[in-house]
Amino acid sequence: MNDWHVSLFVASLLAGAAPLVLAAMGETVTEKAGIINLSLDGTILLAAMAAFVTALETQSLLLGFGAGAATGAFMAAVVAFMSLHLRQSQVAVGFVLTLMTKDLAYFLGNNYARLPGPQVPMIPVPLLKDLPLLGPSLFQHTAVTYVSVLCIGLTWVFLYRTRFGLILRAVGENPGAAFARGIHAPRVQFLYTVVGGLLVGLAGAAFSLSVKPGWGRPQGAEGIGWIALALVIFGGWHPLKVALGAYLFALLQMLGITLQGLWPSIPSQVFQTAPFPLMIFTLAFMHLAERPEMERWAAARPWVGRVVRFLKARAPRALGRPVLPEQHP
Amino acid sequence: MKPQSFRQTLQHLFWTLALALGLSSAVVALSGASPWDAYRHILFGSLGSWQKLAQVFRVWIPLTLCSLGLLYTFQIGLWNIGAEGQVVLGAVGATAMVRWFNGAPPELVLPAALLGAGLCGGFWALGAGLLKTRAGVNEIFAGLGLNFVATGLLLWLIFGPWKQPGIASMSGTETFPEAYWFPGLAGWAVSPYALGATLAFMGLTAWILKTTRLGLALKAIGRNPQASYLLGLSPWRWMLLAMLVAGGLAGLAGAYQALAVYHRLIPNISSQYGYLALLVVMLADERWQPIPVICFFFAALNVGSIQLPMMLRMDSSLAGVIQGSLVLSALAVQGLTSKRRNTS
Repeated sequence: MNDWHVSLFVASLLAGAAPLVLAAMGETVTEKAGIINLSLDGTILLAAMAAFVTALETQSLLLGFGAGAATGAFMAAVVAFMSLHLRQSQVAVGFVLTLMTKDLAYFLGNNYARLPGPQVPMIPVPLLKDLPLLGPSLFQHTAVTYVSVLCIGLTWVFLYRTRFGLILRAVGENPGAAFARGIHAPRVQFLYTVVGGLLVGLAGAAFSLSVKPGWGRPQGAEGIGWIALALVIFGGWHPLKVALGAYLFALLQMLGITLQGLWPSIPSQVFQTAPFPLMIFTLAFMHLAERPEMERWAAARPWVGRVVRFLKARAPRALGRPVLPEQHP
Repeated sequence: MKPQSFRQTLQHLFWTLALALGLSSAVVALSGASPWDAYRHILFGSLGSWQKLAQVFRVWIPLTLCSLGLLYTFQIGLWNIGAEGQVVLGAVGATAMVRWFNGAPPELVLPAALLGAGLCGGFWALGAGLLKTRAGVNEIFAGLGLNFVATGLLLWLIFGPWKQPGIASMSGTETFPEAYWFPGLAGWAVSPYALGATLAFMGLTAWILKTTRLGLALKAIGRNPQASYLLGLSPWRWMLLAMLVAGGLAGLAGAYQALAVYHRLIPNISSQYGYLALLVVMLADERWQPIPVICFFFAALNVGSIQLPMMLRMDSSLAGVIQGSLVLSALAVQGLTSKRRNTS
């Protein structure tokens, strides 16, 4: 592979993974606060539709992204409201929403299928774009790609280096203790579910306005929400590892396209299922590694220990079990 | 919190329907069409003639089978989101039997196909169950992952080893020989045998859940796994059994899709009935009694909405929007009532 190939490969990897990174960061923030937003898959599609239609009608990309983000935030608010205030199961509400918003997107977007619409332009960074190898791969992207990469760092800094991030994690780990310190846990959980939903909505907008521009059935964003949910687990609720997973997945997808050239009789969807067995395997591996007999076996093999230590993660303790406002006087 | 009296149940029902109707009408109005027209076309498109009614029952059968299966897993507190993949595996199992025993008398092949479908669906579900009980993988992610794997397997079979001679296409495998189609009765558009079998499974499920040790164990473990463990029940074993039964029934639904509806394997063989059944059971509040009614209503929505693209140039996904808003409304009403009861 020559230089040109390598930079093209890296460039399309970064660009292709952008929406997935945004969605996965959003869900990481939500889950760190102790709430599972299972509605991702449908929400992304609905946000993609809303963003495309808004951008087309107003001819404004900014409004398009705003509409996508608002859609994601609204759906997340529904999940948070139903679970925090109406005490319904997050999993149930999220699951219904994911099926419903998907159909809603197809229904409302019906009249906008296959229309040409606005598209996010490339913004090469001056000077840096002329660097050999690095320039074409890192500095000739759409704003969406830059934002997605930036988002990884910002999420990490926010979660681990700010006071607000500390409060968020405290609520997700131990709402009772957070309450003792004077933190209104349900309010924090509501806020970060909505913030996470906002990022998920941006991911949808990134799809229909940049990565797979346009609207139709199928749009091309189907299934991504489930993958983002899986990545949060795969990455052990740590933004950097989650992002790594997202790029790994994008790599698998691109390899899938290459492999399809080798076996043209196998449809591309078969390769796209690859991340799911990988996720199951990782989860099982993490669990089994905690058994004493496995620990003894791994002790003789240092590389196993290294893999285990890297993958080792524990879900936020209060995940899926929200504190209810009534518990706060 | 469950409603306490008949009057409360009626009140729940009324507010749920009102909220869902409001939500769906708002969505239709937002798309610029008349909600009245949409509902009229769905109604006449599903119940307007005997032929259409038969279509509704063709959807009712697999949907009811899946929903009945999910009752077992819901009772024990498992989220069997993998029902969709279990339907696919059932269809694959049935097709495999038809292909392997091609040439044998139908009296032999059809039972083998049904058995194969039940076992394939059941073992696929057992996989998710084992991942949960032995390897600590949450059943939602195990089931979901296996759904995607099942779809991958299905597409690989259709485009690979089981492709039509010469061409491989999204239209599916070759049509089965007519002798191996699921038998019907002359003059009946939907197989009365399948209908009868579904009703029998419903009765069996009601009986099992109400009177047998299995039903009691499922309920006890679902309510409190730790207490039931101390009382000598082994939650894991019962969970695996519940998964096996749920997967078996979903597998039979898949067999019905392959043997009676499409007479071949197609990429969309499951028609999302596995996911839809999860909504049915949630709406039924995990009881068996409302399931046949809800399944009928959902099936009518699915069949009736096929008219929408032709008559009103709407997308047929309106059916899904109505089904979703019903369940969402039911959850909201349930939450609101228990909240009011607590504060008053």
